[in-house]
Amino acid sequence: MRYVLCERKGQIEFAPDSSVPHDEQAVAFHQLPPFTTPPYCPQTTAIHAELQRVLSGKQLLLSELPYSLQTLHEQYQRGCIAFEQSIRQHGPRHFQCLRCGNEQFLLFAKLTCFQCKEHDCVYCRKCLMMGRVAQCMPLLRWIGPPFPYPSIKQALQWQGKLTPAQQKASDHLRSLVSTGGELLLWAVCGAGKTEVLFSGIARALELQQRICLASPRKDVILELLPRFQAAFPTVTIAGLYGGCKAQEENAQLILATTHQLFRFKEAFDLLIIDEVDAFPYSYDETLEKAVYKAKKQAALLVYLSATPSRALQRKAEQKKMNAIYIPLRYHGHPLPLPRFQWCGHWKRLLYKKKLPKPLQHWLIKQLESGRQAFLFVPSVTVLQEIVPLLKSIDSTIEGVFAEDPHRHEKVMAFRNGAIKVIVTTTILERGVTIPFTDVAVLGAEEKIFCESALVQIAGRAGRSSEDPSGDVCFFHYGKSNAMQSAQYHLIKMNQRGRHLT
Amino acid sequence: MKRCLFCHETLVEEVSWNDCFGLRKRSLFCDTCYKGLEEISGERCDGCGRKHSLFPEQYRQNMTCLDCIKWEGNALYSQVLQRNISLYVYNETLKAIIAKMKYRGDAELAKGFQQKLQQVYTTFFHGYAVVPIPLSEERHYERGFNQAELLAQQLNVPYENWLTRQRHENKQSKKTRSERLKINQHTFLLHSEVPPLTGTHCVLIDDVYTTGATIRAAALILKQAGALSVSSITIGR
Ligand SMILES: [Zn+2]
Ligand SMILES: [Zn+2]
Ligand SMILES: [Zn+2]
Ligand SMILES: [Zn+2]
Repeated sequence: MRYVLCERKGQIEFAPDSSVPHDEQAVAFHQLPPFTTPPYCPQTTAIHAELQRVLSGKQLLLSELPYSLQTLHEQYQRGCIAFEQSIRQHGPRHFQCLRCGNEQFLLFAKLTCFQCKEHDCVYCRKCLMMGRVAQCMPLLRWIGPPFPYPSIKQALQWQGKLTPAQQKASDHLRSLVSTGGELLLWAVCGAGKTEVLFSGIARALELQQRICLASPRKDVILELLPRFQAAFPTVTIAGLYGGCKAQEENAQLILATTHQLFRFKEAFDLLIIDEVDAFPYSYDETLEKAVYKAKKQAALLVYLSATPSRALQRKAEQKKMNAIYIPLRYHGHPLPLPRFQWCGHWKRLLYKKKLPKPLQHWLIKQLESGRQAFLFVPSVTVLQEIVPLLKSIDSTIEGVFAEDPHRHEKVMAFRNGAIKVIVTTTILERGVTIPFTDVAVLGAEEKIFCESALVQIAGRAGRSSEDPSGDVCFFHYGKSNAMQSAQYHLIKMNQRGRHLT
Repeated sequence: MKRCLFCHETLVEEVSWNDCFGLRKRSLFCDTCYKGLEEISGERCDGCGRKHSLFPEQYRQNMTCLDCIKWEGNALYSQVLQRNISLYVYNETLKAIIAKMKYRGDAELAKGFQQKLQQVYTTFFHGYAVVPIPLSEERHYERGFNQAELLAQQLNVPYENWLTRQRHENKQSKKTRSERLKINQHTFLLHSEVPPLTGTHCVLIDDVYTTGATIRAAALILKQAGALSVSSITIGR
């Protein structure tokens, strides 16, 4: 597809080459000189309601919209849709993808493009998962009157009770809805932060706002969806995550993996980012850009975390952002503290197909106790080495990792108790709550186990009120700073919690 | 800093003596991805290029597999394809790379096969006219490029768009073999401006050789236009 600029009603407009006589000089979209969108005129324009609903707060390619180019171009001429550049060139080796924010030169490539007929049409290699975007493909955005979301009153049907600490946080959050700005909600693992959000979300729904809760991991979204649906039974809630079927993306309340935010632009009035410190969010700055892009300018942005980064902590301390603090678990018991257990050169032992003795003792005791346990290991390689050795002691033991094709079955089997001990890389460290569970880490000194990861892992134990303590053991071959910081972090939290009671 | 063409992991630059003497060009894939690729070398079917070690002895006669013998028994397709050479076994790793290239549209991945493609071309088909398997106009537009053409470009020799493709047929699984072959025959057409091919040796380029039906349908058209012989190179087999 190539385009031309032409004059219409005294203004320079763009048009697809199929809509104009052939003598015009058509070029690829990215070669067009700057042009504007005609102004929207409320008197003469009847709104294309379906397009308004589908495209509001989004940035989509032509191929993602089931409408003819003619329809879309008409909406442009009526001032309702903007056709915007998808990849901007800042210099000979500097491109920027305006969909995913990628600016790494290595993650762009050129090809001879059959669509624009150019020999070096640049495309972004970072956001291929959302359908390839090349510089000759415009991104379409709704700039007409925004879709009017309804005011939903009494949306919250949740009957549970909040602890005093939760109640305080919940009221605070509710009071901040529609004030804009940023807010840190710092809650220890097991504080019950999901329930704390309900009242604020209900308020936002009442105010006709659009709300998104984003988490870096799909597991968390899958776990939260039914809880939200139960709490807000009359509200359509969309769950967006990689591999899900095309959903009601324009729902008023959305639970999404952070990656899905790339699809949105200036969409949300209330945007809650769960586990801000979690992999991969903190390692990928384009995700941060996605967050800023997806929220409306005046939106309230809420960061949820049990282990906020130093930068966020400082921002909160210096009062550059609001902060709400929940230092106590919902059952009021302190966080279990990890114990450190030296276990020798465990890598060499595994290589020789032997288990470290302390780990073996732990496992036998664990199996006798009838409790369940997570065993965290630093890598998939270690996981594959150790699982057969553990299976020779108890055949139900399973290992699970990110790309594991049977991941969900195994997690389900662990949840319903069929698997007593599950060996995992760091993926299950958050969001999964199972009572009577202990936790161990093999190789806690490895670099992948940073302070926040270890705090999160320790937080897997003792989450239910029937079983508030739980055992946390870090098996190591030399204590790391991160291990000590994590222990200090947890002690500190417990101190703050004691002040509160 | 270099990154793996496929998984974007940072490439660890291990310098070996061979590198110093320029004896070995580095792969654009990282070690993990590269190790996932299974090169086709040693004994293979002299028709379709399938690795002998991958199918039991009773499924071949001498050096030729029974599938190829069946093709040669078909009146229409006998003697149409001289031979196919494939670079790698079409295993999970290669499937993933080709899927990302084709369906995700990551055209850049074709470069990862350049070195081996050139090697096969110069060893077996030097001087042959290079003809990529075309896509239908609609599919080509949708995808923005033709992966076979991308692969042909890696050879750094001129290539010929002598064929056009009618349309992409629906799933063929429910039809009988003879019905399939009949439809197959009409998949490709000769481009209107092709010179007489008398005396020309051709080599077709495609991403994967699966049943061989697509390659043979294209080869048939070139043969009918007078080509002396038609062979093919694919990435996967
Ligand atoms: Zn991008
Ligand atoms: Zn293009
Ligand atoms: Zn790789
Ligand atoms: Zn064969």
